[in-house]
Amino acid sequence: MTLADAERRAEKISTMDYVTVGEKQKFFRGSASSIADIWRHRELMGLLVRREIKARYKDSSLGIVWSLLRPLVQLAIYYFAVGQILGAARSVPDFAIFIFIGITMWGLFNEILNNSTTSILNNSGLVKKVYLPREIFPFSTVGGALFNFAMQLIVLLAAILVLSTFPLGPDLLLAPLAILSLVVFATAIGLVLSAINVYFRDVQHLVEIATIILFWASPIVYSFTFVHKALNGNWLEQAYLMNPVTTAVLGMQKALWAEGSTATGAQEQYWPPYLELRLVVTLLLSVVLLWLAQRIFARLQGNFAQEL
Amino acid sequence: MSSPRTLVEVKDVSKRFIMHKDKTIKERLVNFRAADKHRDDFWALKDINLDIEAGSTVGLVGHNGSGKSTLLKVIGGIIEPTSGTVRRRGRLAALLELGAGFHQDLTGRENVYLNSAILGLTRKQTDKYFDAIVDFSGIEDFIDTQVKFYSSGMYVRLAFAVAVHVDPDLLLVDEVLAVGDEPFQRKCMDKIGEFQREGRTIVLVSHSSEQVGRLCDRVVVLDHGDMIHDGNAVDGLRVLRYGFEQARLLEEEEKKPEEISHAKIASISADSREKNERGAIVAKSDLTLSYTYELQRNQEPLVAGIAIETLTGQPVYGLNTRMLGMSIPDVVGTHTVDFVLRRQSLGAGQYLVRGSLEELAGRSLDRLNPASTFEVDVPTVGSGMVSIDAEGLVRQ
Repeated sequence: MTLADAERRAEKISTMDYVTVGEKQKFFRGSASSIADIWRHRELMGLLVRREIKARYKDSSLGIVWSLLRPLVQLAIYYFAVGQILGAARSVPDFAIFIFIGITMWGLFNEILNNSTTSILNNSGLVKKVYLPREIFPFSTVGGALFNFAMQLIVLLAAILVLSTFPLGPDLLLAPLAILSLVVFATAIGLVLSAINVYFRDVQHLVEIATIILFWASPIVYSFTFVHKALNGNWLEQAYLMNPVTTAVLGMQKALWAEGSTATGAQEQYWPPYLELRLVVTLLLSVVLLWLAQRIFARLQGNFAQEL
Repeated sequence: MSSPRTLVEVKDVSKRFIMHKDKTIKERLVNFRAADKHRDDFWALKDINLDIEAGSTVGLVGHNGSGKSTLLKVIGGIIEPTSGTVRRRGRLAALLELGAGFHQDLTGRENVYLNSAILGLTRKQTDKYFDAIVDFSGIEDFIDTQVKFYSSGMYVRLAFAVAVHVDPDLLLVDEVLAVGDEPFQRKCMDKIGEFQREGRTIVLVSHSSEQVGRLCDRVVVLDHGDMIHDGNAVDGLRVLRYGFEQARLLEEEEKKPEEISHAKIASISADSREKNERGAIVAKSDLTLSYTYELQRNQEPLVAGIAIETLTGQPVYGLNTRMLGMSIPDVVGTHTVDFVLRRQSLGAGQYLVRGSLEELAGRSLDRLNPASTFEVDVPTVGSGMVSIDAEGLVRQ
């Protein structure tokens, strides 16, 4: 009986195809197999995301509330410091909503970038001991970040409903486009950084510093109108607009911040031309970037197990 | 070169490790010109060729740093070879570390699902195996407790239970078979036996010669990245032990080069008056081990010792002159001591004899391994390392 089992297994194996393991991938070929490999592990990715979320709030009594408290405190600080004391709120209508949109988007970008940079290191136990497509570790941090973002988005939408007017119109379609392009862009950068961080541990600290600077390079606590007034459409303003995070934040503001489009007089807002087109281009470029990032990652991941 | 039964094909695989001494960007930039000075490299594997057939159990053995774990990781796809290829088919489960994917803050149940996903099961399959996994681990009462509150024994039991339920064609095992208490260890070994009967292939790294001898039908011995033996388990373990012995002798010689050679074991022979036509020693006969040693200089009081082992290295019997309360000549010349084992009751099979010569104070002078081999022939029934006069009676 058991002998027959063994024979059956041997027969089954003799019909299977060989897979080559651990071979260095060619730069351009191999994308399809990488994607297929990651797709096969989507269920595991879901579990890893759930593990992160569950583990993060496991023993705290407030749990998920903590992930909301941080942006709310930030909102309060910027609302009073920048809006009221420095007076930015005078020329920006619905300043609280405006800031909260920016902070939510920035929080998503920031979390994806910082968490995915350290994701390979944090999972070194698994990377060293089990073969898995290593991309799933940065990807699962994206999942965790999206979960937090979704929580904040619910609060944001509720706030808009209560405090302001909900923008019903074609501009609302910019919101998913903005989120998507931001996520794809952040994932691409995070993927590369996570691989480099294995070799140079300085990267994670560098990223922390860089995000502090980049925070001020997007219209989050000040509106784009200030930038336009100061630079008056020169090349510097164009450079400013090339930042994919800026485009995404602007897209989200255009979609959800109704007052920004309707206000007149001193509070009238300036929007960069072709914002929709910019968003689409950003998204397409981000997709290309993501592909490129995956190829770089695939090249670098071969030595992960020994470098960790 | 690969037959239809081949499951894993390792071809010309070499692996070089580069150890960077500087880890930060600054250090690397500063030392950019002298980069070679700031890194060491060594070959962990050199031109390994290996075909593993479906249904076989292969043991990878070697001393620490011989590259056996590296080879296992290359087969598992965890480490990329520097050159050469590895081709493989079928489902793989790697047991390189038990509970590698366990998260301290999650419950046992959640970790079972997570760990099975890591090892390649879908949620539906895990649902199907879940009860069997919990049953095998024997920790039903704690399955909804966070694993950080588990004892280390419970932890590895759960991890092992998950690993053996994922239905692999190829199981890679690295030193993790000896876990838990004795009943659980027996359960693990039974499971491995079941795997073998089901035609699954097992590649295991182990330092336990006894375990390798019992489980493996093929042993690969690695030494500093070279494959120095590939064949049956008995020969493989002998090569390994011989290697250990050589290394130890070399070390001792380096320490005390000239003193040691003044005292030397010349030979140890095993003989008996009662032998059968093949030269095998008959059961229950008197076995004489003649121990001859040469002294080129007068020595401190000496102790001569012998040990009998099975071919797989399991010790069976040991004896020395101190235990016997005798003193042996310690003046210049060649002397022989006969150890007579009266009516020895060894079981049928081949045995190895090892010898040692020490000072009474404990300093080792010489060792001989293997000194000789002999075979015991037992006409009576039963199997094992001892022969016992046995009979069966039906009670009226």
